[in-house]
Amino acid sequence: MKKLLAGAAIALTTLAGIAQADGHANYPDRPIMLMVSYGAGGATDFQARIVTMTAGNDDALGMPIAIINKPGAGGRVGWNWLASQAEADGYTMGAYNIPHFIAQSVKGGVDYSAASFEPIANWGADPAVFVVAADSEFNSMADVVTWAKANPGKLTFSGAGLFVGHHIAALQIEKAAGVKMAYIPNKSGGSGAMKAVIAGDVMAGVNNLSDAFRARAAGTVKILGVADLERNSFMEDVPTMMEQGLNVDNASVNFRGVMVPKGTPQGVIDKLAAAVPAMFANSRVAGKMKAGGSPMHIMTRDEVLAMWAAREKTLKDLLAGL
Amino acid sequence: MEFLYYFDEVFTLWAFSMLLLGTVFGLILGATPGLSPTMAVALAIPFTFKMEPAHGLILLGALYTSTVAGGAVSAILLKIPGAPANIATTLDGHAMAKNGDGKRALQLSFLASLFGGVAGVLLLIFTTPILAKWALVFGPSESFWIAILGVTIIGTLGSTSVIKGLLAGCIGLWISTIGFDDILGTQRFIFHSSLAGGINIIPALIGLFAIPQVIAMFAKGRSHEDMEVLEIKPHPLRKAIREVASSRRALGIGTAVGSMIGLIPGVGGQIAGLVAYDQTRNFSPERTKFGTGHPEGIIAAEAANNAMVGPSLVPLLTLSIPGSPTAAVLLGGLIIHGIFPGPNIFRDYPQVVWPFINSMLIGQVLMCVFGLMIAGAAAHVARVPRSVMAAVVLALAVFGSYSVQLSMDDVFVMLILGTGMYFLERYGYSAAPLVLGLILGPIAEGNFVEGAMIAAAQNGIGTYFFTGTLNLTMIAIVVGSIAYSVWLELKNRQVGGV
Repeated sequence: MKKLLAGAAIALTTLAGIAQADGHANYPDRPIMLMVSYGAGGATDFQARIVTMTAGNDDALGMPIAIINKPGAGGRVGWNWLASQAEADGYTMGAYNIPHFIAQSVKGGVDYSAASFEPIANWGADPAVFVVAADSEFNSMADVVTWAKANPGKLTFSGAGLFVGHHIAALQIEKAAGVKMAYIPNKSGGSGAMKAVIAGDVMAGVNNLSDAFRARAAGTVKILGVADLERNSFMEDVPTMMEQGLNVDNASVNFRGVMVPKGTPQGVIDKLAAAVPAMFANSRVAGKMKAGGSPMHIMTRDEVLAMWAAREKTLKDLLAGL
Repeated sequence: MEFLYYFDEVFTLWAFSMLLLGTVFGLILGATPGLSPTMAVALAIPFTFKMEPAHGLILLGALYTSTVAGGAVSAILLKIPGAPANIATTLDGHAMAKNGDGKRALQLSFLASLFGGVAGVLLLIFTTPILAKWALVFGPSESFWIAILGVTIIGTLGSTSVIKGLLAGCIGLWISTIGFDDILGTQRFIFHSSLAGGINIIPALIGLFAIPQVIAMFAKGRSHEDMEVLEIKPHPLRKAIREVASSRRALGIGTAVGSMIGLIPGVGGQIAGLVAYDQTRNFSPERTKFGTGHPEGIIAAEAANNAMVGPSLVPLLTLSIPGSPTAAVLLGGLIIHGIFPGPNIFRDYPQVVWPFINSMLIGQVLMCVFGLMIAGAAAHVARVPRSVMAAVVLALAVFGSYSVQLSMDDVFVMLILGTGMYFLERYGYSAAPLVLGLILGPIAEGNFVEGAMIAAAQNGIGTYFFTGTLNLTMIAIVVGSIAYSVWLELKNRQVGGV
């Protein structure tokens, strides 16, 4: 009897599955658009182009993905558009950056929150690192904290903007060390913030691990610490903040992935959630990402949902005092 | 002289085909309003995925070089700058074309581009270490003063009086504040959700320059006034070469100013042409002829915007800092092949970097040759009746605005700004100062805000912006530039001018 019931259940689920898939059996039957809320050439844009390059293959979506850039105001412009104007038909997707868009929605003044979007899959995780110019007198986070304690509010350090991963890391470092420093958000984003460090416009900076990795290879910066739970395989020699006595977790790690607007048919979401992680796992994609110094971290829809919820809670606590 | 060993890599079948392809497509894309160098390079990157690194970069480099020069074609024949870099070219280029000398204007522009472009790439080859230091000297305060220097040009650009020029510039500065503030995220002047992203420079550029033209052409077409758009007189190449060769002042100032300003990360590319144009005008005994189709105006502007191409790659190649949107896209093209730019790039990847740079040198020559062929064909464009031309330009304007981020909002913004500009032009205002305000606003504001925040943590705003040799030098140039225009204006009044 039990077997029979189980069999019936399986049959029903399969039938339901077929019925549901039926409405979207042909999806996708035209190219899909992926909105990136940062400019062409930035890290998110660059990685989005790589991870979607095999979308047209038959074992992926069978249709190409076209990247559309809607940059402005640290990503707010693009995500506002995706939440309020984009059609929820499965042919418009967006790239997300965590913690950026959640931090912005916690801060307010935007038309979206984590509830406005449905995650599909995560492709990368880029931790924030603390950098100083190659000729800087600072050689460890302890040096930085000592100087900042002696000169409250005078240590200038750059980052890509306000309420982005770099800013979150900056807030966490200041809180953990119990010091006040001067965070200088850069108008031109991560590359501008890195330039400010190299040129000596500021004394230090928080930046992406992938960009700092290249800058260090170029000999222009020193990397003093990683704001993550573990050391990164791209730079095993750089200690985490925790190892250096600063209680900074991975809340600032820049997770990048794909999402769709709320209201997209469930059948389409399921289909994408099944196909997209496999597409990210393509060996050609992995090769290009590794060559570019971009750390990959593939997560399924369920894992991303859990990660979003956890981040939202952390960020609400962290930003409550601001 | 190491680069000489890598010339044969450019002349392989594959590499040279890429170079030809990039140059021809670049000229066509550059001449299409709305397709900026940045977009042309971004569109081509996926095609380089499967190529050899050197071949892919040659394609991208050729595209960059020739889109910048190609922008002069529409600037001259249609008064629509293909990209912000070509704004200065419209001032005298289109005026000359209107006088019937469109072919001559195109010839001058491509020959000056060749000179400036080659000089720029040679600077890149021989003086990279020095240029790299220069690029880093410009912090927030110095970049702020560069933008202010640009603002001082606004009044004297293309309008019938300084006051009207300044007013147009103010409108441009105001438009540039629309949308989310880039640093703080505050919302400014967003009356409709389509303005949230601010006014994108490309649709604005197309609208402000093209739409008044289109309206005027339709109006004249209806009344059957002169059905020909432009008369194009023949102009022997020999004469154009002699003319360019004898304009040493315009070539020299254009190339020097273009390459020095083009190098400054985040500032240079868009205003190098205009600053060079203005400086050449200041030093010219025939100052009053500028804006009426004066050859020096075209030569200075085009020498400058092509001289910028080589040096603008210095911060990218040696410091891994993309100084312009186009450089940012090129950085993506490099990284995707596993090439990390940095001080050792010439040591670590000579087999990729040198063919890339050499191909830009040869690309300049190809660009000039094909450009001169286009100049020869320009007479055919001239035979198109005005009403047909208006329709074609309108279609291109809509296509170009839409293609920037596939958004109809941009098309409406383009049409509204353009219609407004048509009426402003009837009262003697001109589009160039307005666009300059639109470009300079964010540069001045962003650098001021950043500088003010750094200053607040250090010695205060006064010390930060008003001390240091470079700051003081820039301030002196700004004050001198203003004093000079006031003096000229007063002198003109005494003579009984405007």
